[in-house]
Amino acid sequence: MLENAWIIPLIPAASFFLILFFGKRLPKKGSEIGIAALAICFVLAIATNVEWFSHVDDAEHAAASSHSDDGGHAEEEGDSQEHGMADGESAGVLLPAAPDAEAAASAPSADEGQTDFSVEPVQKSWTWWSSGGHEFTVGMLLDGPGVMMLFVVTLISLLVHIYSTDYVHGDRRYTHFFAFLSLFTASMLGLIMSENTLQLLTMWELVGLCSFALIGHWWEEKPNSDAALKAFLVNRVGDVGLICGVIILYFGAGTFDIRTINEMAISGEISHLVLLVAACSLMAAVMSKSGQFILHTWLPDAMAGPTPVSALIHAATMVVAGIYMVGRLYGVFFQGLSIGISSVNLMAVVGGVTVLGGAALAFVQSDIKKVLAYSTVSQLGYMVMALGVGAWTAAFFHLFTHAMFKAGLFLGAGSVSHSVHSFDMKEHMGGMKRFMPKTYATFIICTLALIGIFPLAGFWSKDEILAAAGQLGGDGSYTAFLVVGVLGALMTAAYMTRCVYLTFHGEPRGHAADTAHPPHESGPRITVPLFILSGMAIVAGFANIPNSGALSWVPDGMAVRFEHFYEPKGDYFPVVLDTFAHPEFSLGVALFSTVIGLLGIGLAYAWYFRGLGPHGITERNRLARAGHRVLVEKYYLDRLYVDGIAGAIKRPIARAAYWFNQNVLDGIVNGIGSGMARIGRFVYDRIDQGVIDGAINGSGAAASSTGQGLRKIQTGRVQEYAALLFAAAALLAGVFIIVI
Amino acid sequence: MDDLLLNQFLLLGAALFCIGVYGVIARRNAVLVLMSIELILNSVNINLIAFGAIHGSITGAVFALFVIAVAAAEVGVGLALVLLIYRNRKSVDLNDVAEMKG
Repeated sequence: MLENAWIIPLIPAASFFLILFFGKRLPKKGSEIGIAALAICFVLAIATNVEWFSHVDDAEHAAASSHSDDGGHAEEEGDSQEHGMADGESAGVLLPAAPDAEAAASAPSADEGQTDFSVEPVQKSWTWWSSGGHEFTVGMLLDGPGVMMLFVVTLISLLVHIYSTDYVHGDRRYTHFFAFLSLFTASMLGLIMSENTLQLLTMWELVGLCSFALIGHWWEEKPNSDAALKAFLVNRVGDVGLICGVIILYFGAGTFDIRTINEMAISGEISHLVLLVAACSLMAAVMSKSGQFILHTWLPDAMAGPTPVSALIHAATMVVAGIYMVGRLYGVFFQGLSIGISSVNLMAVVGGVTVLGGAALAFVQSDIKKVLAYSTVSQLGYMVMALGVGAWTAAFFHLFTHAMFKAGLFLGAGSVSHSVHSFDMKEHMGGMKRFMPKTYATFIICTLALIGIFPLAGFWSKDEILAAAGQLGGDGSYTAFLVVGVLGALMTAAYMTRCVYLTFHGEPRGHAADTAHPPHESGPRITVPLFILSGMAIVAGFANIPNSGALSWVPDGMAVRFEHFYEPKGDYFPVVLDTFAHPEFSLGVALFSTVIGLLGIGLAYAWYFRGLGPHGITERNRLARAGHRVLVEKYYLDRLYVDGIAGAIKRPIARAAYWFNQNVLDGIVNGIGSGMARIGRFVYDRIDQGVIDGAINGSGAAASSTGQGLRKIQTGRVQEYAALLFAAAALLAGVFIIVI
Repeated sequence: MDDLLLNQFLLLGAALFCIGVYGVIARRNAVLVLMSIELILNSVNINLIAFGAIHGSITGAVFALFVIAVAAAEVGVGLALVLLIYRNRKSVDLNDVAEMKG
């Protein structure tokens, strides 16, 4: 299955066309095709994972046996490391003066307890088209992160499909909805398997297109189509960065092949400056796609789409594309931004700002989905920050766990709103605990997982990020981002508690209090996906239990399985560099972050449940009011974009375009038109009437006058003919005699 | 000697030819025109036979025989035409037969 995993994206792609063409005629309006396709994909993805596990284990055993045989492998390994470092130096990466010992000391768990072995990724490519002697390929590059994402995307997508059959039941474009869910999944799966950056770019755009179609699913209402347009346009901004990055990397490495680019970046064959520029360009793409400040503004508006789409966008497909892209090209980022040896870099800063900025905005939202959207922004900030500090595994582990509990939260929010027909927590919710016990239970589990309470999934992944921020990096390390992460954890706990309070506790309001139609628990097609996801939110964290520090008693066979199987091992991943390291489990950080989380819950509990604290401060205190206002206005970013940038540009441009149109374009068009008319008249008068007609009339007249002339000798008298005959014969005879 | 003899025949042929041409062009009577044509043909016959006799070849005589045969046919057709013209017009004046004037 590993070799033929390329078939997985083709299944939903085929399903897209089948649903589009035949969906309406089927008894279930096409949803059955989508679900069947995704179910097959899910099974195939599991098979791929299983095979990948044995592939990794085989590689490990082979490496271990050759290691014990002659030690040649270790030498080779050492050589390649030295080689990489030497090139790194020549490329201008600044290594500490007495590098080896220090780097090894500052990364204590880097290679501890694990043999160095490399796992060959599965790569296949076919020629897409060739031009100018250069072949452009399409194919698949499948390794750890790829198979992990296959599992996540197919699982979430399958659950979302099942959920949607109930949620959008009776919708006017039910078939269309399922068709685009299929295409969305197909493009994300294609992106995951991308073998070269060009394919990545294509799939990236396809994902953007599908998100546009699905966010604007109910386009009859203006805000929805506006949100879709906004998502599309903001993403265009970042896509420019992606295109620039791809082009820069192509000229830097001479290829689109992702693996080669990474290998060249890590070995130092591409200069540091090129990598830096490429990484900064690609960061723009990450900022737009993965909702990082300051291009995150489309993401909360994307809540205009149906809730299952929000879950799919936020958990599995759209927003993690940016994270995945960074992880895929991690060699470029790691070297370009000098992640391993610096204490601050662009990616970490963007992630850190997003963690806090997104979390702060979640406090002032009254729409339950927008709270979750800003929560996603904040959690994506964690992932980018983790990638920024060099903790690749932590970032992807958080992606994995976050996909589970955030999908659960979104689907839970959808379940609530399905029942009260509104997303407004303040107007139409409250006390839903009574009406929807199953949704409540799953929502609480996913919330606790998001906050990071032991032993749920979020605890392990967030803790790994915090530990990495505290331990990795060069001098002084990324300690500032540890503080950011802890603050973010506090805020996460508080806003999620507020959200739970407003939705499920207190007295019912609005539609929720409607006694004629009291809210009711959703059907099994909604609750079963919730159960599965909350189950995953409980157990997913154990996939990567650390076995270092205070947890060193965990047996090797159970610990860091996620890292073991899913982290790429080979020359195309920075793991071969000395500066790359894995964080160690830190009991202090773990306890502290848990306490912080509980503190956040406690504070929010006291504020909302008990009504303690200075309520109404936003009306009384000027400073607090201003702060609240900034948050409600979302840092005025939308105002800046719409009025400041778009408005300032569009007026003069529109006027200039009008002037240009009236004067230049119309002038050109009119000039061409009248010029053509003049030429036409000239041609008619002179050439057609004069030359051509003259030639024809002239030939006629010549024939006629010749005829008139010849007519004179046509007398009808035989004897004159005879005279002519003899005269001519005599003439000829005379000529004959003279010539001879 | 032979050349001298040949010249006599050629001069005779030329004289006959000229008389024939004159007759064809100048006479108005169709029957006389036909007779003039016969003169032209016979002048040619004289030449053919004279050359044939000088060269000791029978070819000239054979040619002349053919010409006589064709001339007989031609005269047959021609006289028939003249007869019909006469019947229709009571005249054989060729100047009157000019309906083909262009």
